[in-house]
Amino acid sequence: MPVNIVKLTYREALRRALREEMQRDENVYMMGEDIGVYGGAFGVSLGLMEEFGKEKIKDTPLSESVIVGAALGSALTGMRPVAEIMFMDFITIGMDQLINQAAKIHYMYGGKARVPMVLRTAGGSGTGAAAQHSQSLEALLCHIPGLKVVMPSTPYDALGLLKSSIRDDNPVVFIEHKLLYSQKGEMPQSEYLVSLGEAKVKRQGTDATIVAFSIMVPKALAAADKLSKEGISIEVIDPRTLVPLDSQRIVNSVKKTHRLLIVHEACGRGGFGAEILAQVEESEAFDYLDAPIRRLTGRNIPIPYSPGLERRTVPQEDDIIQAVSKLVVSE
Amino acid sequence: MQPSRSALVQMYKQMLTIRRFEEKVAEFLVKGIIYGTGHLYIGEEAVAVGACRAIKPDDYITSTHRGHGHCIAKGADLNRMMSELLGKATGYCKGKGGSMHIADVEAGNLGANGVVGGGIPIACGAGITIKMKGLKRVVLCFFGDGAVNQGVFHESLNLASVWNLPVIFICENNQYAMSTATRIAFNIEDLSLRAASYGMPGVKVDGNDVLRVYEEISKAVAHARDGKGPSFVVCQTYRWKGHSRSDAEKYRTRQEVAKWKKNCPLKRFGGYLLDKGILSEEEMGQIEGEVISSIKQAVDFAQDSPFPSLETLEEDVYAS
Repeated sequence: MPVNIVKLTYREALRRALREEMQRDENVYMMGEDIGVYGGAFGVSLGLMEEFGKEKIKDTPLSESVIVGAALGSALTGMRPVAEIMFMDFITIGMDQLINQAAKIHYMYGGKARVPMVLRTAGGSGTGAAAQHSQSLEALLCHIPGLKVVMPSTPYDALGLLKSSIRDDNPVVFIEHKLLYSQKGEMPQSEYLVSLGEAKVKRQGTDATIVAFSIMVPKALAAADKLSKEGISIEVIDPRTLVPLDSQRIVNSVKKTHRLLIVHEACGRGGFGAEILAQVEESEAFDYLDAPIRRLTGRNIPIPYSPGLERRTVPQEDDIIQAVSKLVVSE
Repeated sequence: MQPSRSALVQMYKQMLTIRRFEEKVAEFLVKGIIYGTGHLYIGEEAVAVGACRAIKPDDYITSTHRGHGHCIAKGADLNRMMSELLGKATGYCKGKGGSMHIADVEAGNLGANGVVGGGIPIACGAGITIKMKGLKRVVLCFFGDGAVNQGVFHESLNLASVWNLPVIFICENNQYAMSTATRIAFNIEDLSLRAASYGMPGVKVDGNDVLRVYEEISKAVAHARDGKGPSFVVCQTYRWKGHSRSDAEKYRTRQEVAKWKKNCPLKRFGGYLLDKGILSEEEMGQIEGEVISSIKQAVDFAQDSPFPSLETLEEDVYAS
């Protein structure tokens, strides 16, 4: 490993982003449930209270509505709060403040007010936490004009995207995945940013494109590796941010590969995959398609508890391989 | 502390401005000149004026769907207000907000709110900014009796208390949440009792007495500026008009409305100023003339202003 490259977990990368931004800008602070001494339910803010003090790392009562609303109010008056909602499922408790207030204010006030806030939250299944602690609710948020929605899949992106989210002048919902927190990845030792709205081609290929985000990116890459041994060349694209969406990069890829599979963990019905599908279908890439666009998504059910059931609810590596195999043989 | 003579006169003028502004809005709602809905503040003028007189220009307020009075008391420009109500490009929100969303963040008005109780957490957030930046400001957080039964009321008053935020929570108890009387929605008569459970001072005042409101809010403001934290002040008042444009008012009697109209905050304060010799009948007439002319000017300004260009439709969804 070169000297200027470091290896950090997703969790450590997020912590580094928070530390760097709090050092850089005195208006940045954090608040949320159990983020202080406890270090956050997933350990992201561990040690930050000792480093920055209780005023900057605020432990809140169990009150999601006021966590979101107070973040909004302080953003409106000059701060840059990073609020944490412990599980994405609990974002629903603060929805009025997020959807009716934070998302609307800039437009509703005629562009004369800004709400530079980040709402960090942990989504996804795979921990045996069942129906109320495992959801992927990004589609609800992507539907709302005024919100930005970020879903990093690697430590590198987690760091660079969180820093950009904190510097953004809009409410950003930053969705982390529980199964990614301990994943390690390389990144420069020096400061860098990843812009919101730039998809990343994770792997070049010629036979089909897979668009995947969050936890589905490593699964898609593993599937693509296996498929390459069978002579199938897959391009994998991670949009990294759903709003704004870099649809051009997806369109360009589909024009090259002529086939598209969209993979996400959330329920398929009304899921963000349908939006990507529609955008590609409505683009110039339509004429290049050699097969119908396919989606591989979570089932339209609550996340069950028992491990076998839970695993079957969301796409796995083998499911991706099967879906691609079907896609590349169809003409 | 009693306000100075000129402050008293200003307060009277502001109350009268709110009354006449709202009467014009009522007329425009009936005539369909105002497109959307409107929630009128007539009868409640003493609360906004008494409370806002107790703060400084750089302090903050959060307001409600019934927010025109708060705007005027915080010093809003009538021209831009009326323009917003008429959906014009020169309005506070460039015609994109309307009655329920007038805001002037730079002037400390963090906005009216279409969701009952929606502004209460936002007031806490402004309180956080004040504390973190070491400012000596306060936040007046206005809401109605309906909001006291929203979950965010509980979350916010508790947070403000445990974090010692400089927020004064002001309940305008106008007796009805739309059609639901407080006696139906509460099992307590004195809503200020709820303050005790948050460990903050709570007081109920005659909200139709502008000087009592001023006095109580001044105490709460001094308490907050001294770093002693939030207070809850309940102002007992009454909404003279229906909830909004479409209210048939089947839930209350004419006698009840008539009784409250006799307790008119504007007449009471006017009478006080005459009794004390602070204003003469002639001076009052002069103030009335000034107010009517400022509202006429606002109406002319709004009616002469253009509607927003369709090119602005998709502007300002995101800040860049």
